[in-house]
Amino acid sequence: MEQYEPDRLSPAQVAAVRRSFRNGRAALSRRSLLRTSAGGALAFGGVGALSACGIPPAGSTRGGVSAEDHSEKEKSVAFSNWTEYMDVDDSGREHPTLDAFTERTGIKVTYTEDINDNTEFFGKIKPQLAAGQDTGRDIVVLTDWLAARLIRLGWVQKLDPSHLPHAYANLSSQFRSPDWDPGRAYSYPWQGIAAVIAYNKKALDGVEVKTLSDLLDNPKLKGRVGLLTEMRDTMGLALLDMDKAPEKFTADDYDAGIARLQKAVDQGQVRRFTGNDYTSDLSKGDFAACVAWAGDIVQLKADNPDIDFLIPDSGYMTSSDNLMIPNKARHKTNAERLIDYYFEPRPAAELAAYINFVCPVDGVKDELAKIDEDAANNPLILPDQAMQAKSRSFRSLSAEEETAFEAKFAKLTGA
Amino acid sequence: MATVTQSPPPAPAPAQAPRAKPPRKRGRRTPYLLLLPGLLWLFVFFALPVIYQASTSVQTGSLEDGYEVTWHFATYWDALSAYWPQFVRSVLYAASATVLCLVLGYPLAYLIAFRAGRWRNLIMILVIAPFFASFLIRTLAWKTILADSGPVVEILNALHVLDVTSWLGWTAGDRVLATPLAVVCGLTYNFLPFMVLPLYTSLERIDPRLHEAANDLYARPSTTFRRVTLPLSMPGVVSGTLLTFIPATGDYINADLLGSTDTRMIGNVIQTQFLRILDYPTAAALSFILMAAILFAVTVYIRKSGTEDLV
Repeated sequence: MEQYEPDRLSPAQVAAVRRSFRNGRAALSRRSLLRTSAGGALAFGGVGALSACGIPPAGSTRGGVSAEDHSEKEKSVAFSNWTEYMDVDDSGREHPTLDAFTERTGIKVTYTEDINDNTEFFGKIKPQLAAGQDTGRDIVVLTDWLAARLIRLGWVQKLDPSHLPHAYANLSSQFRSPDWDPGRAYSYPWQGIAAVIAYNKKALDGVEVKTLSDLLDNPKLKGRVGLLTEMRDTMGLALLDMDKAPEKFTADDYDAGIARLQKAVDQGQVRRFTGNDYTSDLSKGDFAACVAWAGDIVQLKADNPDIDFLIPDSGYMTSSDNLMIPNKARHKTNAERLIDYYFEPRPAAELAAYINFVCPVDGVKDELAKIDEDAANNPLILPDQAMQAKSRSFRSLSAEEETAFEAKFAKLTGA
Repeated sequence: MATVTQSPPPAPAPAQAPRAKPPRKRGRRTPYLLLLPGLLWLFVFFALPVIYQASTSVQTGSLEDGYEVTWHFATYWDALSAYWPQFVRSVLYAASATVLCLVLGYPLAYLIAFRAGRWRNLIMILVIAPFFASFLIRTLAWKTILADSGPVVEILNALHVLDVTSWLGWTAGDRVLATPLAVVCGLTYNFLPFMVLPLYTSLERIDPRLHEAANDLYARPSTTFRRVTLPLSMPGVVSGTLLTFIPATGDYINADLLGSTDTRMIGNVIQTQFLRILDYPTAAALSFILMAAILFAVTVYIRKSGTEDLV
């Protein structure tokens, strides 16, 4: 039994055991393999590979590259949209307005809800568009700053006005000529998005708010104020609050706006910067007041009577999500027909009744009233003249400005 | 009878030798062939992206003009000097969460391995069950649990616990959400199974007769634990802490949903740089610094804890 006691092993035996371990490993262990292959990869690829993979310039072919239009032969169109941005029937599977379009034109719509976030989606389609390839999508819906970037990069196709008679005639005046796409040569708005101030009456507990300053300064709201990570909405409201025009502010104005918000952040007034998830904070009362998107508030209000919104006297920000046709899309004409279809009053009203955002189409009030009287009278869906007068928009930014402003805003949000 | 004396051709014997050889050759190549899919996978999904990111980190340019490799190593220094607070914070949060996971996970794993009896499978399922729900949903659930007017925060306030944590700087005022404490709790919760499972496997492997032996030799239960159980479970402790610490350092969901502006971690910075500011070189440099820092920390840790068999 002696030999089983480790203490009795001779030093030579111990050394042999250790050696056998080492040799065993050295033969083909994970470690040696990694070491060898890492060394090999570095020697092989190393310097050569590193310098070989630069990122080519994002194309600058203004006006876009059209592929051969297969619209005649292939009666179909691929439509990429945001989640919950289309009417659905009671079964939850069919989209009545799209079905009506297919019935009328014979064009089959492949509808995909694969846009969740502008920045993420940009990352997704960038490689194909930069390489001049088809993304497999005929229509994409992007918020105006990203739409502006795509136009700037020359990654979307110019629309043919002769295919867009309804869109041309019925487009609501406040969306007619954004400075990033004068005369709507490349894009048409899908829905307008109003950034306003929302509050939870119960959580406010009698504190009166009327302006963004009230949110940023009132010590009673410390740690219970939310701002949006969408730079243009938050900064736009901040600029308006400081009596600067978001349509034509300077870099100094922007810095002043950042400093204004930074002060509130440093004082612990701002609880956090949020994306869409602010809705849960607001309805639970963790946010007493916050910058919010009107379309969400219409729906939140229906579920929770404590929630309401206000329009500051200085105005509110309106942006839009825009329909665009990416380069190399195969069914341009079909896509244009679909865009035009949503500017007819009937489908536009059906859509507005369902998704509650700002409807960019004129002359839908009667149609909407037939479906939903309340919606037709809701200024957040069909802005009346007073509302339209207070609507402001953020000016387009050059590439350098965009980088610099986003960096400053990111610093404000903590990263 | 000359024909009879003719010997048959001596073909079979020499022919057999070469025929016998190939299988052995194939045998020697087999491990490499078996490794091939793994190696390919490693090359395509690890080596290539790493090389690509390494290249990106030393490029300069813009989206419009394209990026070119200019060996601009200053990006590393700039990124580090601008974002060192987020680095330090990430390590602190991840380390706190790892320690909490260990403190919570060890007794749990011990219980499952030695005391659970017929409940063992049920408890194991309970540990793994959260994985059936999405990471995001699980984290969002904590926003409901810790809501300002929710029962948890009310109880903590009534017991004046939040006054203490607030004084320590872990919470702010009378709330838990949007504070460092909430982020660390979220990390702890989300990574706890990664701690419990390796701990359980290493504890479960311990021969119960060793405990009996220690008992026979008059070791008190605490001595048995200290001298027998704990040392034998060290591989589980080490792999559990690594599996918790490494992903927790790079996590950004918890800081994003449960935190505030002053709890942003390095993952948030990298995400912002990549997606919002489109500063790819800085984002790539930050990723590399994070990778190097973790690699260094892990190497030191493994050397110190003497469980080199793990790597």
